[in-house]
Amino acid sequence: MRSSAIAARLVGDEMMVMSTADSTFFTLSEIATLIWQAADGHTPLSEIVRRKICSEFEVAPEEALRDAEQFVADLSDHGILRVSTHPIREHTTDTA
Amino acid sequence: MSLLAEMNQKALRLGIPISVHLDVTYRCNERCVHCYLDHDDHGEMTTAEIRDLLAQLADAGVFFLTLSGGEVFMRRDFLEVVAEARKLLFNVKVKTNGVMIGEEEARQMRHLGAEQIQISVYSHRPEIHDAITKLPGSLKKTIAAIKFLKLQGLKVTIANVLMTSNVADNRGVIELAKELGVGYSVDPTITPKMDGERSILDLGISGTNLHEVFRDRTLIDNVDEFCAPPPVPGEEVMEGYPCSAGHTACYISPYGDMYPCVQFPLPCGNVRKQRFVEIWRDSSQLKQVRSIRAKDLHVCSSCAHVGTCTRCPGLAYMEGNMRGPSTADCEKSFQRTGIPTANMMNRQRTSGLVQIQASF
Repeated sequence: MRSSAIAARLVGDEMMVMSTADSTFFTLSEIATLIWQAADGHTPLSEIVRRKICSEFEVAPEEALRDAEQFVADLSDHGILRVSTHPIREHTTDTA
Repeated sequence: MSLLAEMNQKALRLGIPISVHLDVTYRCNERCVHCYLDHDDHGEMTTAEIRDLLAQLADAGVFFLTLSGGEVFMRRDFLEVVAEARKLLFNVKVKTNGVMIGEEEARQMRHLGAEQIQISVYSHRPEIHDAITKLPGSLKKTIAAIKFLKLQGLKVTIANVLMTSNVADNRGVIELAKELGVGYSVDPTITPKMDGERSILDLGISGTNLHEVFRDRTLIDNVDEFCAPPPVPGEEVMEGYPCSAGHTACYISPYGDMYPCVQFPLPCGNVRKQRFVEIWRDSSQLKQVRSIRAKDLHVCSSCAHVGTCTRCPGLAYMEGNMRGPSTADCEKSFQRTGIPTANMMNRQRTSGLVQIQASF
């Protein structure tokens, strides 16, 4: 799920994201933004990829999931996303 | 180009106000000698109005939100405002004197995720700092606040406005910042009062002091480069914008009045009467500001410093012409490089003329 320790805003088709903990600044591509926005703490990554990516872009599900897992791991390393094998119940906001 | 600079360019292309400075109050518990504000409350926006405004700013694409005053903690709902801003995922910077920040306020600021806190410190000596703020004991409280905020792991920067009364203590404040483990920024510019009154400008430092500040290797990374003569401006410079005011940034007062910048008191609209985005998009004043290129600047377009000067269009506006020079910035360019500005040379030429007084 999305961390609450970030600032984020959509600028055109890219998401600007800054960690409030260490001021690291990122931009997310259109696809990465879709995954990030859908990370609600409940929906599994495989389901997000199927619903948001495979339905919109011409990409094989296995390849899309592999790329998504790498992307999620990168964001998790910077504290932008929290990864869990179980649903996370914490409240999040959808505004960005 | 850094990622942040790239996003600023993108915001400029798309007409997105990526940075907004919102003063939540003009009330203050200090009475700083150089302050340009009127501290009476003439009808500040309510909590509900600010919440609504923040939602509008988020919708408009604002990312960087500076909350300032006055003293922000004079509003009892200030932490509520920060909470709302963070819920809307703004990058929040808070400017404060810190006097009302205790352990609990610092903990809350950390919990809410404020990215940066800027605190005004004018001297490391209470007799100098407190004489400027006119609040006895203020330095002691401000330093305590910095320690509370640091303990919470927040990013804190000391901001020092240099005046004749505290310029000798600049080094002491730098050492204090080092000792506290916080950042340091210095500003040698005194701004006229919002009603146009300019007597406080006399508090500003001399040209000699400015010359020394620009050559201080603890403040400037590469003094030789910083103080080098300006390169000949190319077409890109002449077609460029003077600054971000009105282009990707704007300022909103506690009463909802909108301006291109906190230092640019050109009224553009009021968010109590119009949606923020309508003012941002349609204000004739903002359109006028956006239309100005370096090549359109009176005097400055022919100045050697046009590409490197920190010319503030707001200060120029307060001098009478937003397309004209800002004397304070002319002085900075001169003290930095030793090369007189076009404005200075014009003044020198005209000062030799005999003044003719009308006889009627």
